[in-house]
Amino acid sequence: MKTKQEQVGTTTQRKISRRAFLGTGAAAAAGGALVIGFTLRRHFHNVDVADEAAGKVAVGNPFDAWVHVQPDGSAELVLAQSEMGQGVYTALPMLLAEEADLDWQRVRVVQSEFSLGTGGSGSVMSNYLPLRQAGAMVRTVMIATAARQWGVAESECTTLNSEVMHARSSRRVSYGQLVPAARAMPLPNFKTVKLKDPAQFTLIGKPTQHLDIPDKCTGAARFGLDVRLPGMVYAVIARCPTFGGTPAKFDATKALAVPGVLQVFEIPAKGYRIFTAGGIAVVATSTWAAMQGRKALQITWNRGPHSTESTDMLRAQMKEALAHAPAWTSDTEGVSLDNVLASRRVESVYEFPFLAHACMEPMNITAHLREGRCEVWAPSQAADAMRSVIAKELELAESSVTVHTTLMGGGFGRRYQYDFPAEVAQIAKHVEVPVQLVWTREDDMTHDFYRPAGMRRMRGALDTHGNIVAWSDHLADVPLSYQWGEPGKRKPDGSELPGRPVYPIAQVRMGFTPIESAVPRAWWRSVETSFNGLAVECFTDELAHAAGEDPYRFRRRLLQLPEIPRVRGKDEGPPPDRNRLIAVLDLAAQMAGWGTSLGPHRGRGIACTTNYAYLAQVAEVTVENDTIRVDRLVTAVDCGQVVNPNGARSQLEGGMLFTLSSILKEAITIRDGAVEQQNFDDYSVLRMPEAPALETWFVESHAAPHGLGEAAVGLTGPAVANAIFAATGKRLRRMPFRMDESTA
Amino acid sequence: MAQFPLNVNGQSRTIEADGEMPLLWALRDLLRLTGTKYGCGIGMCGACTVHLDGTAVRSCQTTVADARGKKVVTIEGLGLERGKQVALHAVQRAWIAEQVPQCGYCQSGQIMSAAALLANKPHPTDSEIDDAMTGNICRCATYFRIRKAIHTAAQEMRA
Repeated sequence: MKTKQEQVGTTTQRKISRRAFLGTGAAAAAGGALVIGFTLRRHFHNVDVADEAAGKVAVGNPFDAWVHVQPDGSAELVLAQSEMGQGVYTALPMLLAEEADLDWQRVRVVQSEFSLGTGGSGSVMSNYLPLRQAGAMVRTVMIATAARQWGVAESECTTLNSEVMHARSSRRVSYGQLVPAARAMPLPNFKTVKLKDPAQFTLIGKPTQHLDIPDKCTGAARFGLDVRLPGMVYAVIARCPTFGGTPAKFDATKALAVPGVLQVFEIPAKGYRIFTAGGIAVVATSTWAAMQGRKALQITWNRGPHSTESTDMLRAQMKEALAHAPAWTSDTEGVSLDNVLASRRVESVYEFPFLAHACMEPMNITAHLREGRCEVWAPSQAADAMRSVIAKELELAESSVTVHTTLMGGGFGRRYQYDFPAEVAQIAKHVEVPVQLVWTREDDMTHDFYRPAGMRRMRGALDTHGNIVAWSDHLADVPLSYQWGEPGKRKPDGSELPGRPVYPIAQVRMGFTPIESAVPRAWWRSVETSFNGLAVECFTDELAHAAGEDPYRFRRRLLQLPEIPRVRGKDEGPPPDRNRLIAVLDLAAQMAGWGTSLGPHRGRGIACTTNYAYLAQVAEVTVENDTIRVDRLVTAVDCGQVVNPNGARSQLEGGMLFTLSSILKEAITIRDGAVEQQNFDDYSVLRMPEAPALETWFVESHAAPHGLGEAAVGLTGPAVANAIFAATGKRLRRMPFRMDESTA
Repeated sequence: MAQFPLNVNGQSRTIEADGEMPLLWALRDLLRLTGTKYGCGIGMCGACTVHLDGTAVRSCQTTVADARGKKVVTIEGLGLERGKQVALHAVQRAWIAEQVPQCGYCQSGQIMSAAALLANKPHPTDSEIDDAMTGNICRCATYFRIRKAIHTAAQEMRA
């Protein structure tokens, strides 16, 4: 049922090209190729402005993906997804090539100029069916064309490696040769086209090398900051350190005296949904000169209305909120959990800080405005939405703005935002040549859209059998919904709370109290799961220990109890399959040697989740001299059909260690209305010596695939925290974790 | 502004710049060698690592005046011998074989640090790898594969 970590397949070095392509029709001519256009279903966490903007752009253009089969036998997949290291440029063409029986060595990916929002771990999950259907359409058309030419029955023809074969007459013909005739054939209906039985897959499920990796090892890969155009200039912006602050006055004399500095001008702040700080832009002939020019600026800031905000103040408000009834609760029945008959009660407060995305490539974007048109090069998770933002800022029609999506040095949700696109549009109005807006690391750290900070009071009750009979969770955080909800329409709701625990519990109550803050917040890898996942599985662990039961056995036993009948909410979707969860718990426990002795100062913790996919993880830690070291993470995954085991493993490994970094090291704190951390010297992140050994096991499955980019984020935190408790007897609840934790 | 003769990837180049300009920006903006990346500007992340006379240095902390007369090798020149692209460096081949990069932004610097490590210590232990690579941050957190790839490259270079 499981597959061990396979070796990665042979190296194939192929380029990924990025060029303009205009999709015009379902089987339109494009240089004599057979072209099939189709629509990929988007998947987002939240309905937000990106969705709306994308919807507007999509009008009049029915497709967001295309297949070209060329007369030379090569095939191209024109994709609207963005690549930021998650491997979509390999996993998505694999889906197409599998069903079309394309020669994998001759498949290329082309980045479409029409770009969709890429996030929410949705690329593989949402494209699994459409891309297979598109592939099956190619194969079906090729068979029909060959069969007609040969005068044989279609059922007697087979396909392999971009060829159609007729075994009885020993004839074969390449797809390339069939293209001219195939273009005149009717396309099969995507709804009824015959798909392969997954048991026959030869490419899907095979570890396949990522097509974009060779260029990333030679310096040839071009990221946003690597855009170089003839005559281009570089810009940086001096922004007020405090959120909501603006320049009161400035003197550019010294800045303009710096060699290479060309222009200095003010750009205004932008409000709701764009959220830029505004400031003083410095344009120069090199990035370095622009930075030196900015240092020489003399600015007096009006620090704005939020200049007294601090982390201490926010924490005090959260504590106060938790001492009172929540502003919002999930039910109105008024059943007090205190009245539920229980033999043991447990109560704990968990706390999580603001976090930065800290993508390795700081925010940047390049634009060239001339003659009423704007061309933009954007490392963006949502190029289509950026086009709208830029067009609006420049008062141009969207058709006058072209956005090229570049490679991205990390995304993690940060590259959905509209701040840097709006800024570059403001700057481009003053500059006649191409201009690259560069955010320094300090800009990136102090003007991010942060993962929310919050506190929560968890309460649980156990009956005499050790079953959980009541569970409540009062979250007081600086909510995303108050950043992105329309001003004047913001109301507390449960949108940032976890779904009901997967374990059967009769009385569950969620509560929420919003804390107002000027600190910008937005999506951060896995969004609310990043703080909810830890609380749910750590508190479950606390209840297991309170029940006097082994935490693995406790979870396993609860998952086998009968479901408690209730009406499911309309947004809840189908209930998770508890047997799949039990299977991954068992696999992780078995592979980690759960129950065997680890020796002094060491401990194991377990956690599981049904967010994104079915996962369980066992963490092994050593805690000596108050230093926490994570030694090993053993993970079992049932994500349905694994498309590319190489990429799936990468995404999980990255998610685990990104999370480890956040729970052990990272925190953004606020003082005098500004972020205190500036760079990687005071915002510590995980480094090589702190990276544990990783073992990841997949459950073989042909069920519909789930995305894995965010799946481990809600899992590694609790597994490690539970392991720290096992090693030391101390339960840590405030992130980033320290053995000398203070909750004061 | 002054003129600085530099030897970059075996080629003589002359740049006109302020002597205090970090080598990073001279490479990226003046010579348009963009394989060397900007990550922090304070020598804390390693994305800008290049070789200066064979030693791994942070190009954001090295001025063009410091680099004058020295041999600079960037990621673009790692597979070069006497100015010709002979093959990928063993570290680059190992990076591909172990499928290290995700977003890939930090990997130029990771590869340059790893190549310098192996030039000095052909058979590094895990802890020697940890020490040598601790200055290179990867936010996709590919550390586990980097460690494997360095061992793979070491094995290949030994063979």
